[in-house]
Amino acid sequence: MSWLDFFRRGATAPVARERLQILLSHERAAARGEPDLLAKLREEILAVVTKHVTVDQEKVEISMDRGATVSTLEINVEIPNPSGMLLAGI
Amino acid sequence: MAKVLVVTSGKGGVGKTTSTAALGAALAQAGQKVAVIDFDVGLRNLDLVMGAERRVVFDLVNVVQGVAKLSQALIRDKRLDTLWLLPASQTRDKDALTEEGIAAIIKEMRPNYDWVICDSPAGIERGATLAMRFADIAVIVTNPEVSSVRDSDRIIGLLDSKTEKAEKGQRVEKHVLITRYDPQRAARGEMLNIEDVLEILSTPLLGIIPESEEVLRASNIGSPVTLSNATSAPARAYLDAARRLKGDDVPMHIPTDRKGLFDKLFGRRAA
Repeated sequence: MSWLDFFRRGATAPVARERLQILLSHERAAARGEPDLLAKLREEILAVVTKHVTVDQEKVEISMDRGATVSTLEINVEIPNPSGMLLAGI
Repeated sequence: MAKVLVVTSGKGGVGKTTSTAALGAALAQAGQKVAVIDFDVGLRNLDLVMGAERRVVFDLVNVVQGVAKLSQALIRDKRLDTLWLLPASQTRDKDALTEEGIAAIIKEMRPNYDWVICDSPAGIERGATLAMRFADIAVIVTNPEVSSVRDSDRIIGLLDSKTEKAEKGQRVEKHVLITRYDPQRAARGEMLNIEDVLEILSTPLLGIIPESEEVLRASNIGSPVTLSNATSAPARAYLDAARRLKGDDVPMHIPTDRKGLFDKLFGRRAA
């Protein structure tokens, strides 16, 4: 970012640059064949849950947010009542 | 029951993805329930233009292959709660899509949306023909420039022969959307006339989107231009185009050069 940006109020290029850096760091890691930690966690967590209860695929909500330093993985599984538990929010 | 709309062009770089995002958002802003699907497998960008690139969990190929449910792959827009995105896969190749798979997805989506908008990849290969395959309506994005008009003509030929509607003897409703229209160059007679483009393509006009820095700003921040600056010239043109798609009678506005004398003398900006 140059000192000129200070004067360009509302410049959107720095936002574009940051978005691309985050996106490309994840995509390059995937292209190098590095394991996608978020995807692996997602699969393994769901595997553990389905080992114990029958889960309706439609009742599984997954959301991710891939960030520069921190990413989040949110899995909401609706578990049927007879098996005891109410809601597992991981 | 959704209308299935394909945004297509043949030529690359004319503004398909920008237009998909803007029209999708404009329809959702008007209260319609909209899903936009990126068909550009291997080179997805609709997620980026819509600002959802960090939130992709599953994609179109995952749904076609049965790895994920449609509901799990759809990403709800953070700004408009009636707008959804189904991203393309970035890693697979385009042969991962099958006609049966796409047919099943479109069939599942039709009852749940007012509009399903398919963002076609450039070219006339599999991805492009699958994107248009189940369309009821086509928006042909065209720049007022010879190679773009030629490619649009080619795409119109495909819409009239290779779509499911065409094979049933019906017609896909076709509209031309002129993008990157530069009023200054038009005034100097340096750009193809809109009347000429429409006459050559024998297809009605949906709207004229002026070339604008607002479109670049919008993609920089990952927002459809109708949301990032709803009163800007390109946003108003897209909002009008969306109303025409809904069947409203909206007078056509031809963008004019409204720059002041100072800009004319000193501020001639490269298009």
